Amino acid sequence: MKLTLSSSPHQRVRRDTSQVMRLVILAMIPGIMAQVIIFGFGVLIQATIAVITAVITEAAILQIRGRSAKFALNDFSAVLTALLLAVSIPPLLPWWMTILGTFFAIAVVKQLYGGLGFNLFNPAMAGYVMLLISFPAAMTLWLPPQSLASIQPDFVNVLTIIMTGFTESGHSMDQLRMAADGITMATPLDSVKTALSQNYTYPEALDEAIFTNNLNASAGAGWAWVSLAYLVGGLFLVKINVINWHIPTAMLAAAALLSAVFYIADSDSFASPIFHLLNGSLLFGAFFIATDPVTASTTDKGRLVFGAFIGMWVIVIRTFGGYPDAVAFAVIVMNMAVPLIDYYTRPRTYGHTAKRARKP
Amino acid sequence: MLRSTDEIIADLKAGKCHSFTGGVHPPDEKSLSNTTNIQTLPLPDKIILPLRQHIGTEGSICVAEGEHVKKGQALTKSSHPYAVPIHASTSGIVREITRHVVAHPSGLSEDCIIIEPDGLDEWVKLTPIPHFQTLPQQTVVEAICDAGVAGMGGAGFPTHIKTGNNKTIEFLIINGAECEPYITSDDRLMQEHAWQIRQGIDVLHHLISPTAVVIAIEDNKPDAIKALKIACQDKPEYLVVAVETKYPAGGEKQLIQMLTQREVPRHGLPADVGVLMFNVGTCFAVAGAIYEGKPLVERVVTVTGRAVEQPGNYWARLGTPVSHLLNHATYQVKKQSAPQIVMGGPMMGFTLSSMAVPIVKISNCLLAPAKGEASLNEHERACIRCGACADVCPASLLPQQIFWHAKAKELDKAQAYDLFDCIECGACAYVCPSEIPLVHYYRQAKAEIRLEKEEKSRAEKAKERFEARNARLIREKQEREERHQKAKAAREAAIANKSKAATVDSNDAKDKVAAALARAKAKKAAQQPESDVPAALDTQADKKAQVAAAIARAKAKKEAAQANDTNEILPEDERKAKVAAAVARAKAKKEAAQTNDTNEITTEDERKAKVAAAVARAKAKKEAAQANDTNEISAEDERKAKVAAAVARAKAKKEAAQANDTNEISAEDEGKAKVAAAVARAKAKKQQAAESSSSDGPADANNLISKNVDFSSAEEQSHHDDEKRKRIAAAVAKAKAKQAAKKDNNETE
Amino acid sequence: MSVYLALGAIGTLALIFGLILGYASIRFKVQSDPLVQQLDELLPQTQCGQCGYPGCRPYAEAIANGDDINKCPPGGEATMKKLADLMGVEPKPLNGDGEEEDVKKVAFIREDECIGCTKCIQACPVDAILGASKQMHTVIIDECTGCDLCVEPCPVDCIDMVPLKPTTNSWKWNFKQSPKGDIPIKMVS
Repeated sequence: MKLTLSSSPHQRVRRDTSQVMRLVILAMIPGIMAQVIIFGFGVLIQATIAVITAVITEAAILQIRGRSAKFALNDFSAVLTALLLAVSIPPLLPWWMTILGTFFAIAVVKQLYGGLGFNLFNPAMAGYVMLLISFPAAMTLWLPPQSLASIQPDFVNVLTIIMTGFTESGHSMDQLRMAADGITMATPLDSVKTALSQNYTYPEALDEAIFTNNLNASAGAGWAWVSLAYLVGGLFLVKINVINWHIPTAMLAAAALLSAVFYIADSDSFASPIFHLLNGSLLFGAFFIATDPVTASTTDKGRLVFGAFIGMWVIVIRTFGGYPDAVAFAVIVMNMAVPLIDYYTRPRTYGHTAKRARKP
Repeated sequence: MLRSTDEIIADLKAGKCHSFTGGVHPPDEKSLSNTTNIQTLPLPDKIILPLRQHIGTEGSICVAEGEHVKKGQALTKSSHPYAVPIHASTSGIVREITRHVVAHPSGLSEDCIIIEPDGLDEWVKLTPIPHFQTLPQQTVVEAICDAGVAGMGGAGFPTHIKTGNNKTIEFLIINGAECEPYITSDDRLMQEHAWQIRQGIDVLHHLISPTAVVIAIEDNKPDAIKALKIACQDKPEYLVVAVETKYPAGGEKQLIQMLTQREVPRHGLPADVGVLMFNVGTCFAVAGAIYEGKPLVERVVTVTGRAVEQPGNYWARLGTPVSHLLNHATYQVKKQSAPQIVMGGPMMGFTLSSMAVPIVKISNCLLAPAKGEASLNEHERACIRCGACADVCPASLLPQQIFWHAKAKELDKAQAYDLFDCIECGACAYVCPSEIPLVHYYRQAKAEIRLEKEEKSRAEKAKERFEARNARLIREKQEREERHQKAKAAREAAIANKSKAATVDSNDAKDKVAAALARAKAKKAAQQPESDVPAALDTQADKKAQVAAAIARAKAKKEAAQANDTNEILPEDERKAKVAAAVARAKAKKEAAQTNDTNEITTEDERKAKVAAAVARAKAKKEAAQANDTNEISAEDERKAKVAAAVARAKAKKEAAQANDTNEISAEDEGKAKVAAAVARAKAKKQQAAESSSSDGPADANNLISKNVDFSSAEEQSHHDDEKRKRIAAAVAKAKAKQAAKKDNNETE
Repeated sequence: MSVYLALGAIGTLALIFGLILGYASIRFKVQSDPLVQQLDELLPQTQCGQCGYPGCRPYAEAIANGDDINKCPPGGEATMKKLADLMGVEPKPLNGDGEEEDVKKVAFIREDECIGCTKCIQACPVDAILGASKQMHTVIIDECTGCDLCVEPCPVDCIDMVPLKPTTNSWKWNFKQSPKGDIPIKMVS
């Protein structure tokens, strides 16, 4: 008989990586449900396509790399990446684009950098950005919320349009985007951006069908609910300690603060902080994207800096940049800065007094 | 900035306690073992006392195998300040002093004294000093040291070193936090022996005279807090403080931070911030040492875990094998598919590789986890940089960065992230979702760095030695040249003198030159000048004879050296023989024993040798003796060595005589043949020896070189070869002797 | 005229910059160990001569003069990498077997076979062998660098290079090095 040898500690918390990933997935459910209710079944189909692609890609690449695919797939990180990508893309995106984006996220961004824990960039966001740059038209074709849409495609129609580009009855994507009054609908961010660039004032820009709801004057119909649903999931994650409060708080606070500064300076040409928070993917990004542990900063101070910079970038790009939303870009940009942030935000070690002489 | 003492005391009195960064809350599982009283154990079959049970150096053994010792008798003593003596934990006989597996994670062996108890458990005469207040401090500190008290909280730092501190101490902190899950030994000790702990605190208070004494206990031990409050109620300066239950609150640095908000500086000691800390178990041991005179021979050990049926606390004698304790707690070893014994707590303890490991001063707990109770490091995944480890690190390190560098063997970078400030508490690995055994990586990296440093200092030393050696060689060369110069000068002077005297013809001068040359040659060969040659040269014939003799000697030496290439002929020296006799090993004994066999014929040989000596030239004798002596491997004692030498010399003489008497050519042939044969056999032997020793020979240089006793096994293996080897050696020697003698004869006849 | 002006201007500029550079080179002169010194410090100081030079310092000098960095088997992979780092060249595989396991060895004299010839004493570059002529020799393990140099000269081949067994002090938390408890556990009662 042999006594087993192992290194201390001999006790561990029961929460392992795969459980962390599953909890994040769980926390996404309210948001996904809100998306399904408001924008139809598209997101579910996209999620299915993305998850299948991600799992197959991950397994295949791990096989090639000679690692245990079963062991690695167990951690659910690929599934999570696929879901994050699936909820970010337009629900009726052609199927092959979803596959391409997911494949890029898993194969190139994650596995080519060495797999889980080694990727420099957030895979979901990198995949999203790749799609956005490659297919800008398709990637910005969002459906109007079903309450405002003239045509509300059912599950089968959604499936056929993702697969073929047309519904069973031959409606094209453009026709689907028509609102009840027959005008194509843009996303709230898009419509405000367009309006402001056409020298409308911000209050005038809000005078659109998309902003008709009973929540807040600045909240896009349906869009705000999706954001709030993700906020609920995110707060749940903070509550159960899966993510730290630092990044979301810093990110939202910085975004709110910067947009407030602009708004106070000129409330006609700049959108209000509430508009920025409730529209687009800021809330979703703050809790689910920027908090991705692999690509975020690891020190508490660093997390604050990291989050704050993302929030600022989002507002800057939304306000002055060419794209209506910017969470993906902001995250990617700040991912690059993480080593630097980590380096300069090292906590003071117990018993050390002065700042140590830093060695490269 | 340090907070003032008064502020801190006021805070502590108000029950205000701070916290430290990080920390975890593992399930404490203390109720498994803290409900029953501390039980005593029957005597084990044997007691294994490792010489080193604490941090520092081991003392030298002052008992011998077979000696009867009494309980409490010191087994080691030392003058080294960091050495702490060990004591017999029961009366009995010292059975063995040997290497035995000890309480170390490596499962390697160290020197131990093994005692077989006689069952009487009889104490040695004790000398308590209850009136310690009247004694000089030095005496009290010495008494603590002599009682073998070392920190009982886990680190085992010698207590007398701490008490001997001469810095101003504001806070004497008594650590009863016991933050590790499962362990309850301090808890039970405080509940049952609060008064003796209090006595120990009195002693320490007397020695250190701090401003305040703080007894810190985690708030999950209300009974212990109550017991100590009662024990200390007459001493207002003794503050019993309940601290937050958070692992690792019992860590020295963390507890100091909680109580005083001071941080021990990086390379400093707690005394640098006016704090000294002792474990409650140490206080108990100090009280025992001073009030009763009892040295540290037993301690409380928690035996716990779900694999034991009767978890609880036991008074275990130091040196009790773990198996004995587990057996008494009814360890269900058969029910375990992968049995595991942890010494210490689940967070910082280490697994044992053998149940024969003895309990030592620092062993506070034995944990026998049932299946699923302890985690094995089997499912390590990639680090996802979640930073959970950094959140819980009590030293505010960045564990994942250190891990990254440690794993990549970038040791300097790991050090730049303050690897050595890690206290190995295990909080990071506890929370790691990827189940990375982080602490294990840190330990490996630390060991690696430590060894690298040692390696570096060794290299430094080797370089020094190398340079010293080179310098010495150069110096020796110079000296030799100088000597030659002097000899040359002297010779020239002599020639000049002689030619001035004009009474000597040119032949004479030539002879002298030849003589000088011969001398030089002889010197070169012998590496030592022959002083007896030049003395007085009376007649020409004599001179010629001397020259011839000198040349002959030189040649003979060269020949002898060539004939036996395994030996270098250097002049015999009586003193060296004596030194050799002292140094000689078991092999030498055997050699001597063999030569003793021939003792019976010694007298006869001696006579024969004398006869032979008359025939052989005086110098030949000397050469022969020398040649033969190279073979002689010095005896264990002087007498044997001398006998052996005599026998060998006699043999050589006999051989020489024979060689003289019989045909010279045949003798030479025979000699050459023997040499050749011997060389051939020796070569065969070499190969054989090399093969055998490389496969099953000495495998462990440490054991074999440092300990003679370990040497015997290797020797036994080659025992059967000895006979043959000796014969070869004898043959070679004989041949050499003959040849040398013959040469000498040739030259002189 | 403008040609001279241009020449003069450029000449003046050159002079000024030259002065600045000259000053800077004095002012910011980096005091560092000479290269040979640094190289020598990286070498393991076994003085074994396996590099083909009589000792570590001569090899350090040779490296400084452009010799290969992969000639030091005792230093192993680690030393070679450090040398490569310092010299700014690509790491090369080690000369020789290349499959040297990284186990420290020391010389061990089988004392019952030693004939006391002192040949190994003369060969030892660090004076780590103790003994006198015709007396048994022994190795001071603490001083032995494991250089191998004493093995060859021994006429009776009684010197082995024995790997050092880990002690509790030199143990590197490698459980594979631990003796496993494969003996049935005897319960003492």
